[in-house]
Amino acid sequence: MSEILSMKTPLHEEHVARGAKIVPFAGWDMPLLYQGIIPEHLQTRSRASVFDIFHMGEFELQGPTAAADLDRLITQPVASLKRGACAYGYLLAENGGVLDDLICYRMDAERFWLVVNAGTAAGDAAWIQAHLSPGTRFTDLSPRTAKLDIQGPCSRELLEQALGVTLPDPGYFHFQELTLLDVPCLLSRTGYTGEWGYELFFPAEEAIRFWKRILAPGQILPAGLGARDTLRVEMGYPLYGHELNRDRTPAGAAQGRFLDLAKPFIGRDAIRRELDAGLFRVLVGLRLEGRMAARAQDQVWNGGQEVGEVTSGLFAPSLNVAVALAYVNRTVGQVGQKLEIQVRGKRLPAAVVPLPFYAQGTARLKTMSG
Amino acid sequence: MTTQPGDLKYTKTHEWVRRRGQQIEVGITDFAQHQLSDITYVELPAVGEKFTVNKEAVVVESIKAASDVYAPVAGVITEVNASLAATPEVINSDPYGAGWLFRMTPDLMTDVEMLMDGGQYEFLLPKEH
Repeated sequence: MSEILSMKTPLHEEHVARGAKIVPFAGWDMPLLYQGIIPEHLQTRSRASVFDIFHMGEFELQGPTAAADLDRLITQPVASLKRGACAYGYLLAENGGVLDDLICYRMDAERFWLVVNAGTAAGDAAWIQAHLSPGTRFTDLSPRTAKLDIQGPCSRELLEQALGVTLPDPGYFHFQELTLLDVPCLLSRTGYTGEWGYELFFPAEEAIRFWKRILAPGQILPAGLGARDTLRVEMGYPLYGHELNRDRTPAGAAQGRFLDLAKPFIGRDAIRRELDAGLFRVLVGLRLEGRMAARAQDQVWNGGQEVGEVTSGLFAPSLNVAVALAYVNRTVGQVGQKLEIQVRGKRLPAAVVPLPFYAQGTARLKTMSG
Repeated sequence: MTTQPGDLKYTKTHEWVRRRGQQIEVGITDFAQHQLSDITYVELPAVGEKFTVNKEAVVVESIKAASDVYAPVAGVITEVNASLAATPEVINSDPYGAGWLFRMTPDLMTDVEMLMDGGQYEFLLPKEH
């Protein structure tokens, strides 16, 4: 069914005024690009960009049973998650299929946030609420919560300049609740670009004021979903609907990470069966030899045998070569393995390479100039 | 609104055609390059290759997708723009000049005369462009 009315972020008019190319994404009208995908990509790698990520969902779970409920619902450990820390993992169906990938934030002993994808948010909310104890209260904060991602090696210094404040560095995959511009915010040291940066959550009605303040000095520039995609592919990060979906368990994408198999969570048995059988395909990075790109659904070949399928592929602006994420048979998933990708009737040579493709990302660096 | 160069001919699939004696030069319009954005690779035909009208002659890849460029008229390829292999982005920056794609000898020069002029092409473009 086609979307009859697409939703617009509070910044829609700001994007249009800047000449953004607007595209439909997960039921939303979102900026694909302003100046161009490649310049916005390079700006994020070298300086700092701001992304309007209003479309993503935020849920709050609160109560004495919230931690136990979450430990059963998501794959990452929740009980041991420290206050002020967050963790990436998956929400699974009973058969192990991925309903969503998400980040779980621990505010305090009995209060958590889940940050989920836009296209899956409604289904996630229904699934989660159907699996909660009576003592856990679920609130969908999405409509009243704005999210701006400020990403890039200079994002701390340039955001401090723009807002006229000193900002903390909570550390990678940690966050802090604080007041900025007299508004309660959640500042998280996370992101989807591989660069040092923040994800900033705050009340929706403040979106235009924050956006304008951040952009006013002209140092942090806006970037769209196009650059968000090229940046995440260079890092090997999965995108729900491409690398992750209901038809596949996360065994091949996670490769041992993000799954706390010692605790009982929904879908765990299916993953264990798959790990025991060892027949699942693994998500690998493939580096091509030229600029011609493979695309989702292109087949991967090893000699005369079809051994996998591309899930995302594009020309990587920071590497000047085409790269692809693909699920391949485990037997051909080792780094160094030579394979071929069939693109428009041609067989393009490709090699399995370590992820991330782009190894110079600053995301995990301990300190950036503040 | 951009104005199309008046000395060129156009197709409804957003190719432009420049007459050069008995040959033509073909590229994609400013509207097309803007729609594609961020061109990263061009797959060009071989010199000597023959095309019928509206046959896929070139694949232009952008960050987002691959798009076909069609032969505006029937003819034979005489030259391709080899500099696009290293710098395909000139199609974005100079679509009517350095971003040309290929040159061909049309079977019939009258086929070229039948193509749209700049004003007719402009009329087909979305008004907000």
